[in-house]
Amino acid sequence: MRPSAVRLLNILVPVKRTVDYAVKIRVNPDQKGVDLNVKHSMNPFDEIAVEEAVRLREKLKGEVKSIKVVTIGPPKASETLRTALAMGADSAIHIEVPDSAPAPEPLSVAKALRAVIQKEKDNGGVDLVIMGKQAIDDDAGQTGQMLAGLMDWAQATFASKLVVDPKAKVADVTREIDGGLEEIKCRLPLVLTTDLRLNEPRYASLPNIMKAKKKPIQKLTPADLEVDLTPRLETLKVTEPPKRVGGGKVESVDELITKLKEAGITPVKS
Amino acid sequence: MFSRQLARRVVLRAPRRWSHTPAGLAGLNSVTEEDLAHFAKILPSSSILSTLSPSPTSSSELEPFNNDWMNKYHGKSTTVLKPRTTREVSEIVKWCNQRKIGIVPQGGNTGLVGGGVPIKDELILSLANMTKIRSFDDVSGILVADAGCILQSLSDYLTPHDHVVPLDLGSKGSCQIGGNVSTNAGGLRLLRYGSLHGSVLGLEVVLPDGTVLDQLTSLRKDNTGYDLKQLFIGAEGTLGIVTGVSILAAPAPHASNNVMLALPKFENVQPLYKEVKRQLSEILSAFEFMDRTVYDLAVKHGQGRALNPQDIDGAECFVLVETSGSNRDHDEQKLNSLLESLMDTEEPLINTGVLATSPAQFSALWAIREGLTEAVSKEGKVYKYDISVPRNKFQEVVDKTREHLRSKDLLHEDAVKYVVGYGHVGDGNLHLNVIAAAYTPEIEAALEPFVYELVASYKGSISAEHGIGMMKTHALQYSKSPTSIEWMKRIKALFDPNGIMNPGKVLP
Repeated sequence: MRPSAVRLLNILVPVKRTVDYAVKIRVNPDQKGVDLNVKHSMNPFDEIAVEEAVRLREKLKGEVKSIKVVTIGPPKASETLRTALAMGADSAIHIEVPDSAPAPEPLSVAKALRAVIQKEKDNGGVDLVIMGKQAIDDDAGQTGQMLAGLMDWAQATFASKLVVDPKAKVADVTREIDGGLEEIKCRLPLVLTTDLRLNEPRYASLPNIMKAKKKPIQKLTPADLEVDLTPRLETLKVTEPPKRVGGGKVESVDELITKLKEAGITPVKS
Repeated sequence: MFSRQLARRVVLRAPRRWSHTPAGLAGLNSVTEEDLAHFAKILPSSSILSTLSPSPTSSSELEPFNNDWMNKYHGKSTTVLKPRTTREVSEIVKWCNQRKIGIVPQGGNTGLVGGGVPIKDELILSLANMTKIRSFDDVSGILVADAGCILQSLSDYLTPHDHVVPLDLGSKGSCQIGGNVSTNAGGLRLLRYGSLHGSVLGLEVVLPDGTVLDQLTSLRKDNTGYDLKQLFIGAEGTLGIVTGVSILAAPAPHASNNVMLALPKFENVQPLYKEVKRQLSEILSAFEFMDRTVYDLAVKHGQGRALNPQDIDGAECFVLVETSGSNRDHDEQKLNSLLESLMDTEEPLINTGVLATSPAQFSALWAIREGLTEAVSKEGKVYKYDISVPRNKFQEVVDKTREHLRSKDLLHEDAVKYVVGYGHVGDGNLHLNVIAAAYTPEIEAALEPFVYELVASYKGSISAEHGIGMMKTHALQYSKSPTSIEWMKRIKALFDPNGIMNPGKVLP
């Protein structure tokens, strides 16, 4: 897959700008979506992905050649890229779509990422994709797997530990699975999706935020990548979960029994 | 609430004799079984806790009322009454006045100077059952509530109405609005919304003879004679019991940001404050200072999430800046250009810092500042001095106190472990905390009146926001002239000739 034999890692980290997880979600009156005029930040799993890439570099030093972040999103998504750059990524790609564009679906995102990876061949290719296991807005949790499939690369999902040996071009990954942990060995190139316990992302420090402002962000359009981001699914209706109805107090056992009878609950004769 | 309860649990039981019992209790009577029988006519039995017959509760149930949350002050009250209405409060006070029984009004019992616990066996009147929100007008922003409403619950009540209480304290989960008013609590929003003397529009107070003084107006402007309510704000319950509060809530800010800055030296705090104020102007809502020692203690005791250790190497102190405004883009732009200008100079005032990029980070940064009180109390027994001194003297006060303790040979593991400073730079308010292995007479003698004299030498205040309580009555003279104290005593005698209201507090 890779043209050069130089044993340096190029890491690609796809990130998404989502409604911040601490924001209370409100459904729009038209029931077609939720109120997006609220605080946004980087998808928490993607933050973990960026942190892991930066930690890999701190561990492997010069053996990590580049950390590139990529996002698909409206103009404001560039803020998310700046955050990733402030955390320690080197450069970024912004596949810009209009504010009014519908949210792209996992398959088209995976195809766009494939196109990015192919474009990166000129820059030494991509050896490792680290991405969130899911985005907290649509909770689809499919993009990583689809990308690995499209590229015919190894995939390691729900990672809680990553050890990369760039010389041997292998990665040891611990995965969070039902009932425990699974350790697997993967050959690079690899798509890794992050789980919560992989790391705790750092704060971006002010000097790094300032430096990040000077780091390059390359702007692309879906057309540049020859991908179509039009959704194939139609949203019929978005509703809030039913409200919980509060309980009431009763004064006596008799009242309780009356209420139970009203509710249609009858005693069972034994 | 959680943090306070936790703190209450971890503080080790170590009874301490308070050496100077004030004379204010002379001539007062103890609660008797007869009194209790009378109270039973006013209140339902569920509102009465007493170790006296006919139906005594165990004294352990009275412990949370008799001891302050730091477990520093210990009362011996036999009886706690929890009235639900102003009428009930009035009846109780009337009886106590006739019988000359001392009353300690108690809110959330989160005070730091022993103002809310009895000195001996005075009756405790807890406002905890008065929790009704009486009205809220979302046009004027005026909230009228019972004194026992917990600050957090008022805040929760106002959230859907898009307003905030103009007051925020670390103890917001336990403290009550009546107590906040009675102690003129300051807290974290003072820089933005001013003191309670401005935001409280009216009060309902039960006077020491049982009369209800209804000044619960909802007027922004009311220049009709003496503004009596001001007397009760900060009177710490010595003039009457606040039972209802009318307070001006502020429109909720729609965008809040914060940034924690690490400074290479304390001398930079003042120029930094000037610069921050100049650039952020109306959106600046907090400017909090903490020295390196107390920051490290907060990190050690797991308060909030710390900055990356390698980034803050060589930082001597920290400043937390908060902005709140109505337009996120505008605020962020201002904050960003401030940070850029701070970083982009020959000799930056700051080493580094972090800007919260999500609500979670915003809370994590605040948690460090708000957790300081809890962190220091986990570290040891704390002598707390809450003082107003000129902003550029913060470090000097901390250093001089530390040196003084060192000269007395009290600065070591078994005596005083740390002397730390933190506080509200915006308000010129420093919290000087002396963390000791145990409360001892030697340390106390070394600190007092040393600290008070030190404060007086800067023409500062010995109690910026914590009040006087029973802790500082003897020290009132360092901040108030004999004439002022004489007139305070006359006012006290006028309102409360029998001296039943929170006896032994505030006045020497």
